[in-house]
Amino acid sequence: MSDHQEQVAVKEKPAEGFVPKIVAFTCNFCAYAAADLAGSTRTEYPVNIKLIRVPCTGRVDVVHLLKAFEHGADGVYVAGCLEGNCHFAEGNYWAKRRVRYAKKILDEIGVGSRRLEMFNLSAAMFGRFVEVANIMNDRITEMGPSPLNKK
Amino acid sequence: MIVAEQKPMEEIAEMIKDFNKILILGCGGCVSVCLSGGEKEVGIMASALKMFVKNNQNRDIEIKEMTISRQCDWEYFDMVKDAMAEVEACVCIGCGAGVQGLVDVYPNVPIFPGLNTGGLAVGKVPGVWEERCAGCGNCILHLTGGLCPIARCSKHILNGPCGGSEKGMCEVDPKTIECVWHLIYERLKSIGKLDNIYKIMPMKDWSTSSDGGVRHLTREDMAKLDAEEEHKKNVELEKKAEEAEAAAKSQG
Amino acid sequence: MSDELKSGSNLEKVFKGGHFAVTCECGPPKGADIEVIKKKASYIKGKVDAANVTDNQTAVVRMSSIATSAILIKEGVEPIMQMVTRDRNRIAAQSDVFGAYALGIRNMLCLTGDHQKFGNHPRAKNVFDMDSIQLLDVVRTIRDEGKVNSGEEVEGGIGMFLGAAENPFGDPFEFRVHRLAKKIAAGANFIQTQCIYDMDRFKTFMKQAVDMGLTEKCYIMAGLTPLKSAGMANYMNKFVAGITIPQPLIDRIKGVEKGQQTEEGIKILMEQIEECRNIPGVAGAHIMAIEWEEKVPELVERAKLLPRPQV
Repeated sequence: MSDHQEQVAVKEKPAEGFVPKIVAFTCNFCAYAAADLAGSTRTEYPVNIKLIRVPCTGRVDVVHLLKAFEHGADGVYVAGCLEGNCHFAEGNYWAKRRVRYAKKILDEIGVGSRRLEMFNLSAAMFGRFVEVANIMNDRITEMGPSPLNKK
Repeated sequence: MIVAEQKPMEEIAEMIKDFNKILILGCGGCVSVCLSGGEKEVGIMASALKMFVKNNQNRDIEIKEMTISRQCDWEYFDMVKDAMAEVEACVCIGCGAGVQGLVDVYPNVPIFPGLNTGGLAVGKVPGVWEERCAGCGNCILHLTGGLCPIARCSKHILNGPCGGSEKGMCEVDPKTIECVWHLIYERLKSIGKLDNIYKIMPMKDWSTSSDGGVRHLTREDMAKLDAEEEHKKNVELEKKAEEAEAAAKSQG
Repeated sequence: MSDELKSGSNLEKVFKGGHFAVTCECGPPKGADIEVIKKKASYIKGKVDAANVTDNQTAVVRMSSIATSAILIKEGVEPIMQMVTRDRNRIAAQSDVFGAYALGIRNMLCLTGDHQKFGNHPRAKNVFDMDSIQLLDVVRTIRDEGKVNSGEEVEGGIGMFLGAAENPFGDPFEFRVHRLAKKIAAGANFIQTQCIYDMDRFKTFMKQAVDMGLTEKCYIMAGLTPLKSAGMANYMNKFVAGITIPQPLIDRIKGVEKGQQTEEGIKILMEQIEECRNIPGVAGAHIMAIEWEEKVPELVERAKLLPRPQV
């Protein structure tokens, strides 16, 4: 069912002027710092991405990811430290597994797993931060609004 | 502990399709430990179910979330009395016993199972559980080196290993199921009790398992009050019978 | 072994007469077509001492082994009725034993049975109220003591020649001969082994059996299956639990042309039969030419096992 809906979502022309609501859970020690650096260097990234600072992506639970969608997000991503470089040893591995689990639920409920992703970067990689933001913004814009927001 | 896993969202949504206000009730016991029915899972299920219903049934539902310490003891059920009065139906994510514990106490609220209960298991590594006990009511672990063939042999045989045992694995799924009879053999060898399996183990008495009908467990020192009352009743009945007999005699 | 006959079946008498016994398999149809059985019977009649009638083998639904056995008797072939505990509890099993005897069946092979996962109804509930060893014990008690499992006396006893299967190639190997001993203690009068390809392991197994005095108490038949092709050899080696085919054997079949592989498989079978006849304690060959009954006469003939003894 979810695949079908996703196909429909992709096929449909994005609504005129559709700006997706995207929530990014960003780790304090890497992605959030990278966003800060992007700001300092005046590098632009999509304004419709709401950053949520977390002490570690290991703090992000499945229920947080689901709640974001429930409350209107069209896309969600988690941005944590490079694998092996987590400030708390393995918080980003936990996040990776939880994202995988939440993706399964999203497929099951018909929202679609492509609306959720996990990325890894370091505090210095502000270019990558912007790139990731654009990847998600382009993907979700193309997919159109979350099926929950169409109803 | 008792292990269980969540039912597919589609199945749960179908159960609640006629209701708009629902309680999802978790259990703080076994299913919390095996990450299928605790407080956290209540939250996940509530969110996922709301979205599923919106997406597939085109409606919004209201979900109340609660978790009680245990669903297998009547003293905890009182805590959800107010919540039960507010909702139209309840999805219970305790084990099958929990669902029925609630059904006994709340006869007017439709109560649905949110989990499939999967047996008595131990955790092997984080996130992986394996069945260990079938609750047959007649334990033979003292004969089999502490390893249960009823729960762990695919054919529940008592004189194994059968011909389908290869390199310590069971033919039913050589990747995941160990041949418990191979393990029993190795274990009995290491504790010097191989004699146990050189003897023929007789047919099992299954009347102590669920094959004998619903099983009751009574601790008489705890259930004393009922017993005393029963005794009083019996005395009264006997007395009445004696009186009736005496009356019949005097008439005759 | 005592001189008294357990059932007086042809197979029992062949063993008693000291002959090298030969049995084969005769699988019931996946339906009610009696003609299939009649046809198969016509191939094997007089070529073997008795034929195994499988009981929903590999958990695929077929005509019942009791009915098929009864039809075989009419067709002049002595059946060895197989019975698995997968599908019947102690009540049904004992009832079926009475029924089988009443229909003239005199040989019975007691098995636990393949798990239903391998069949065409993998969602079925299995029974396994007892295992093969306990079933042997139950039927032996009916036969020798005239009592059903609950201890009640039977109305009219049975004479049944009891068999069991044993897999010398299952693990743990050192326990296999002890399990054989358990089956014999439970009541097995004859044993048919799982398909043998690893002759060395089988010889070790037989030596253990002879040393434990088991061959004095029971007739052991070597189970043999002709390999029709290199593909079949590979498949059985990889996917059938408890069967290992030594690499040299697979290579030998692979080594000949595709069209000649079947013939090579038969040649191997002939060598195996010859080899088994010389292993102390082996009392017969059980040729499992699965769904290849028409080939049985040729196989038995070429193995110089014809004519079968009249006992």
